[in-house]
Amino acid sequence: MIQIECPFCGKRDQSEFSYGRESQITFPALNADENSWYDAVFLRKNTYGRQIETWQHTHGCRSWLLVERDTVTHKIFSVKLAHTDWQKQIKKTT
Amino acid sequence: MALQVTRFSAWNVLKNGFIGQSGWSRQWRDPEPKSKYDIVIVGGGLHGLATAYYLAKNFDLKNIAVVEKGWIGGGNAGRNTTIVRSNYMLKGNREFYEHSLKLWENLSHDLNYNVMFSQRSHITLYHTPSALDSAARRYNIMRQTGSDAEIWSRAKLEKKIPHLNYAKNARFPIYGSLVQKRAGTARHDAVAWGYARAADKLGVDIIQKCEVTAIDRKGQKINSLQTNRGKISAKKIALAVAGNTSRLWHLANLGNLPIESHKLQAFVTEPLKPLLDQVVVFGVGGAHFYISQSDKGGLVFGGDIDWYKSYAQRGNLPIVQDVAESAISLMPCLGRVKLLRHWSGIVDMSMDGSFFMCKTPIDNLYLNAGWNYGGFKASPASGWYFADLIANDRPSEIIKNHDLERFKRGHYIDESGAGPDTKLHG
Repeated sequence: MIQIECPFCGKRDQSEFSYGRESQITFPALNADENSWYDAVFLRKNTYGRQIETWQHTHGCRSWLLVERDTVTHKIFSVKLAHTDWQKQIKKTT
Repeated sequence: MALQVTRFSAWNVLKNGFIGQSGWSRQWRDPEPKSKYDIVIVGGGLHGLATAYYLAKNFDLKNIAVVEKGWIGGGNAGRNTTIVRSNYMLKGNREFYEHSLKLWENLSHDLNYNVMFSQRSHITLYHTPSALDSAARRYNIMRQTGSDAEIWSRAKLEKKIPHLNYAKNARFPIYGSLVQKRAGTARHDAVAWGYARAADKLGVDIIQKCEVTAIDRKGQKINSLQTNRGKISAKKIALAVAGNTSRLWHLANLGNLPIESHKLQAFVTEPLKPLLDQVVVFGVGGAHFYISQSDKGGLVFGGDIDWYKSYAQRGNLPIVQDVAESAISLMPCLGRVKLLRHWSGIVDMSMDGSFFMCKTPIDNLYLNAGWNYGGFKASPASGWYFADLIANDRPSEIIKNHDLERFKRGHYIDESGAGPDTKLHG
């Protein structure tokens, strides 16, 4: 089973988390043209190999995480918080 | 040169009984790839093989190759739960899967190969009066569009399938079911071998262990494919590589697709005496489970995808647990049955749960992809309509909305109404 090292809760089984999406997807401005919305909502890179993706620790602290994972071997290379301001705060307190 | 294949017939079975089974020929050749073909199909799964077969049979085309990176029957062709049905509801899907079911009904004769198609009924269980109303809607649509369907009450189910959990205190008591009697199962290996043998007999080169490593694209045209067995040029190139579609799409430098690769697991138990005569589907309250019994006696079943993107052909444990829980909820008598094997295949999950069969931004490239959970049952019609698309260079009326641009037009073909999240289209 995949285990993800949550920055708050420690190493937990994948079944506590839910997969989000490829992390490079950013949603355009509300008044952006249809094509950029189409790209963000429907198109996927679907990387074979190493990619950065989002996961939520649904059955834990509920934070959104950025996980760098190999989609073929499932090896995880890094985990960090998705919200950058939280990353800074954690650094301050620790 | 096509191989002289011994025809399967009662006479040949009898004759070979007397001569020590020495009169059978090889099932298909193992040709070296030629440097040039009229049509190259990438992907020797059920869809690629069926496409080659119907190109040769329906359109009398020659000089066709199927290139397969592994071996015939080694990918998703051998990694499914072998269920065949046509209980789809939306325009396009409805006619397509019904045509597929009709092809299944005569497939063994057509291919001269016993695909062991068993029309044993497909039973979808419903657990509330309102769910049964929605089943009745599907029943009406199926009956109105030339298919068969029945609604079975709980009393009838108790008589026909005695081992299900009919307890009054079940978390989701069984209320009734939608039944398609012409649906059932087939032997998946036999389908792969049958199509390969029949296509080979019509002159198609089936080239195994041949992986496409690069695509030579010049503007709007692909000139040739680089493979680990040399360069192959072709007038038309067709992709039927569901699971790995995005990889080839990137090789051709075509950008992103409305597809994510996920893995779907399937399971088989130790062989048991006859227990379950039908295919039974249980889907309520987040559960998703389908089960049938193979001719060898093993119970074959599956559930949801693994919920995260993956190209690994092996499953994870939480789904094993989910599926086991569903099995026990539905058939408590399976409590002490041992699991024999489980496996996983990579499926193209699309943004609306429906497939793609269309022309592409490249003039001589055709796409067959995005089969979600539904690839096995679709194989005959997939080959049929894909061959039609390649031969005539235009989609038939049935599949004209199964193109990549449909999301831009707002034409989703979303059977479950789940929205644009690939993992929700189970």
